Amino acid sequence: MPELMIQVENLTKFYGATRAVDDVTFNVRKGEVLGFLGPNGAGKSTTMKVLTCYLAPTAGRAQVAGFDVFDNSLEVRKHLGYLPEDTPLYKDMTVLEYLQFAAAMRGMASDRSAKRIKEIGGRCGLHEVAGKLVGELSRGYRQRAGLAQAMLDDPDILILDEPTSGLDPNQIVEIRQLIKEVGKEKTVILSTHILPEVQATCSRILIISSGKLVADGSPDELRAREKASRYRLLVEANGATAEAVKARLGSIKGVSRCETVLGEVGAHAFSLYAAGDEDLRKVLFRAAVDNKWTLLELHREAASLETVFRNLTTREEVKS
Amino acid sequence: MNAALTIAKREIRTYFNSPIAYIVLTVFLLLAGYLFFGSLFIERQAELRSYFNLMPLLLAFIVPAIAMRLIAEEKGSGSLEMLITMPVPDWQVIVGKFLAGMALLAVLVGLTLVYGITVMLVGPLDRGPAIGGYLGVLLMGGAYMSIGVMASTFTRNQIVAFIIAFAISFSLYLFYRLLPFTPELIRPVLSYLSVESHFEAISRGVIDTRDIVYYLSMMVVSLVIATLSLESRKWK
Ligand SMILES: Nc1ncnc2c1ncn2[C@@H]1O[C@H](COP(=O)(O)OP(=O)(O)O)[C@@H](O)[C@H]1O
Ligand SMILES: [Mg+2]
Repeated sequence: MPELMIQVENLTKFYGATRAVDDVTFNVRKGEVLGFLGPNGAGKSTTMKVLTCYLAPTAGRAQVAGFDVFDNSLEVRKHLGYLPEDTPLYKDMTVLEYLQFAAAMRGMASDRSAKRIKEIGGRCGLHEVAGKLVGELSRGYRQRAGLAQAMLDDPDILILDEPTSGLDPNQIVEIRQLIKEVGKEKTVILSTHILPEVQATCSRILIISSGKLVADGSPDELRAREKASRYRLLVEANGATAEAVKARLGSIKGVSRCETVLGEVGAHAFSLYAAGDEDLRKVLFRAAVDNKWTLLELHREAASLETVFRNLTTREEVKS
Repeated sequence: MNAALTIAKREIRTYFNSPIAYIVLTVFLLLAGYLFFGSLFIERQAELRSYFNLMPLLLAFIVPAIAMRLIAEEKGSGSLEMLITMPVPDWQVIVGKFLAGMALLAVLVGLTLVYGITVMLVGPLDRGPAIGGYLGVLLMGGAYMSIGVMASTFTRNQIVAFIIAFAISFSLYLFYRLLPFTPELIRPVLSYLSVESHFEAISRGVIDTRDIVYYLSMMVVSLVIATLSLESRKWK
């Protein structure tokens, strides 16, 4: 088994004239749980559809378990378990029948399939609904059935598209727990547009926005990468306009960006972004004193993954 | 081939769990029964001719109704993505769906064996045309079915799939009727393409390999196009 389970090189995918994925390159090592994070329409599902051989890339290459998704799609699919977005299972089968069908499609021998269905069904908590029609399951159970189907043949790689969307908080915790457990032995890629999702389950995060990869690293690395901390100021400026104060603040050394935000009556509020690591609170206080402003509030926020995500994805959207 | 059989088994169950199989069954048996028993009682003739004569037209309508859902429904519901990302070649998916449709058709045709038995009870049955007729019905149905599966890969809308399949099947049926009105030059081509000209010979009890080859090649060509159409999602 190769150390790099997934290799994606300059992957581009067009739907007609729409560029859904734009020159994306990344690798996934064995045993990683990779979170694919991005707003809706970012291109997460499309990338996954290429990796699972449902769609072919318009340009670029993707290899899974050492096999090319286009030239060797059958081998690729043998190494994959896939849970598509919205879990489209056959509604007219019972859970047990569905799993038996999936096992037969994967060519599993009948004694092994019976054993695995029992084992995975137990792990996914499906025993009590084994005889129920898939169409009558709650969203949480349907998701678990989809997950069980993906894990049935003990694949090396699991690709899960929004595995927790539409679930209630308890179900989310259960599914995350399950994914975490699976991630101990398997390579997992999961997509989500919810940040806490990746923080809770993933060892590595890819952030994708408008089809482009904008960040790649562990949660800590990403936080460190985004050094700029943010300051919130509320200033009473003795009649000076917000524009004037903003210009003055923006010219302070070490400030990369200053934005006017909604303030209070008689006071102006600003968001400041620092270019570097150093603490600007003293400088800002002195600037206020020098200009005879009254500083009503001064607050420094360390970069959270949330701001990293928001900065990366909104900046890209403005550009395109 | 195992995966194709697994798919066929699942599809057959779905047919009999849904009203469509029973609706098709009823329509088919009513129409065919009317024709058969009509000739039996009115013309006082115990023979299968009138039943078989109707088949090229009736199947051109019934078979597309059986086949329309086979792929289109899964395209619409999204389950096709789940199905074709399993480690199974696309052609097996197509063959599995085709076999399921053929199984339902075989049940329909099997039920009409009653007519043959009726004839046997009231008078002498001409074996050759009877066997040839039933075989011809299955072959012709197979050609229509493969066209239906192909049409079902073109769209996510079952009605559209039905209309496409019916249009093609009905044209193939019409060719034979149009023969007297067509120029000498293309007459052999139309006659060869017509489903009915081949069926006619078989249902008279004359089993000619050329007719069988015609039906089999219809099936192969349509199913190959269906497979390519399923793979077209991967065209760049
Ligand atoms: N079948 C399709 N045909 C045309 N455009 C599509 C299709 N699927 C997705 N898109 C477009 O491609 C972009 C990426 O979509 P998708 O990969 O589904 O994003 P995500 O999963 O990140 O929400 C979106 O702009 C979407 O509208
Ligand atoms: Mg998506």
